[in-house]
Amino acid sequence: MSELMLTFYVFIIATFLGFEVISKVPPTLHTPLMSGSNAISGATILGALVVAGHGEGWTSLTGILGFLAVVFATINVFGGYVVTDRMLQMFKRKKQD
Amino acid sequence: MDIKSYFTPDVIGAVYLIAVILFVVGLKQLSHPRTARNGNLLSSLGMLIGVVATLFDKEILRYDVIIAGILLGAVIGTWLAKTVQMTGMPQMVALLNGFGGLASFVVATSEFYSRQTQFPGDLFNYVTVVLSIIIGMITFSGSLIAALKLQEVIDGKPILFFGQKMLNALLGIGAIVLSVTIILNIQNGELANAEMMFLGLGGLAFVLGITLVIPIGGADMPVVVSLLNSYSGIAVAMTGFVLGNSALIVVGTLVGASGIILTMIMTKAMNRSLLNVLFGGFGATVSGGGGPAPTGTIKSASPEEAGMILDTAESVIIVPGYGMAVSQAQHVVKKLTEYLQKKGKTVSFAIHPVAGRMPGHMNVLLAEAGVSYDILYDMDQINDQFSNTDAVIIIGANDVVNPAAKTNPQSPIYGMPVLNVEEARTVFMLKRSMNPGFAGIDNELFYKNNTLMVFGDAKKTVEGFLQSLEELDK
Repeated sequence: MSELMLTFYVFIIATFLGFEVISKVPPTLHTPLMSGSNAISGATILGALVVAGHGEGWTSLTGILGFLAVVFATINVFGGYVVTDRMLQMFKRKKQD
Repeated sequence: MDIKSYFTPDVIGAVYLIAVILFVVGLKQLSHPRTARNGNLLSSLGMLIGVVATLFDKEILRYDVIIAGILLGAVIGTWLAKTVQMTGMPQMVALLNGFGGLASFVVATSEFYSRQTQFPGDLFNYVTVVLSIIIGMITFSGSLIAALKLQEVIDGKPILFFGQKMLNALLGIGAIVLSVTIILNIQNGELANAEMMFLGLGGLAFVLGITLVIPIGGADMPVVVSLLNSYSGIAVAMTGFVLGNSALIVVGTLVGASGIILTMIMTKAMNRSLLNVLFGGFGATVSGGGGPAPTGTIKSASPEEAGMILDTAESVIIVPGYGMAVSQAQHVVKKLTEYLQKKGKTVSFAIHPVAGRMPGHMNVLLAEAGVSYDILYDMDQINDQFSNTDAVIIIGANDVVNPAAKTNPQSPIYGMPVLNVEEARTVFMLKRSMNPGFAGIDNELFYKNNTLMVFGDAKKTVEGFLQSLEELDK
């Protein structure tokens, strides 16, 4: 099996995994689910880091593009996780007295 | 020995696997409010591990650009997250989707420019690069427009013009043709041509994102925000294909699946197809049409009168909608809830899936105000409770409580699942004025015998309810 085919396997299995995991999230947490999954999609940062660190630096096109990619992905990561945490800490259950 | 030599691609891959496991477990813990916060922490730990491992990648030769980028991004991201109001959450999520799309776009662009030197390259790679560009850019400009609409910087109503669908179709076909031409040019070694066209493709996708979102109205925003969430995930998966990074493929697919599921829940709750939401321009016509207008008399009540009725009620269901967010009424709603509970009445909340501007919007606002999450119910859980409920208070919701969706086959919203509020003994409809709801449809509920309209700003009206109840107890 070629590497490409293997990648497709990963893709398809991940689709099923995603549907399985996400469909268990109750409607009350749908907004944090969106912002939290958003933060996860900031994983583009893994690609952005390599582009930014290639070594050509500030004066090259890839250096500038890499810098921008890191900035955007980091906004996504920090913004997503922090705002999700802010929301989730508000979800409280009152003790019945 | 250099520390980087320990970080072979396999070692980094193994660390990525740990990160992916943390993401999945984190998402799984989102299935309950008790564990959700911990899940989010695990997920962020996964991200940290992934980032640290990547920094040891052999291809990374300098760190100044990386450090500067992370610092700037972290400051902006944290500032956005800390300062945004809970009512502004839909815009915030749309904006974050946009940044995700933009990041994928930029990574793919730089891959394109750096790969050219390794010509001819792999056909599959160029296909994924081109897809990454298109999806990333559409996610960015589409999310930007969605955020501006939600913030009401631009009109939240559908913006329609002659030939709009034609224009979208032309832009779409243009993007496909351009993509194929770029790939053919690269295959033939015409790199300069491909480079020029590449810029054009980015521009085309940018415009397409705008024209796709601009005709969609505010009430349909839950669908659009979910869909863009899904796109931002798919863009990451494409980046994963471009870079041959399985972790990114898994992560992007997870997020893509999450967005698709939410999109399906939203369209189902509106009884409409995705195509209808995207291209229908719903709510653009003011009259809304739809058969004979409901007839009858409208009865209104003052907050004082409403308070008296509430005083005798034993069970109360509150139905929040976007109007509650607009007037920031959630805190006083919580006070009213506590007061009623103290008097021994049962209070529950009925939340329609499309109430507000994004999935779960109302739940977040009520959580912010401190309403316990175990008295918030979905439509399916609570819909058969209305018939043995004494009073229903509808705060800024309209179309989701319109009985015409069940009774009038000519109504534009016929078939949409709605809350059975009219079955309760008394229904208080809080409304600013007699203007029809967002979809421009007259609401039969207003004319029912057991409906009392209470006009005014939602927050002031609920305060009035509370004062009236307090007066009675003096």
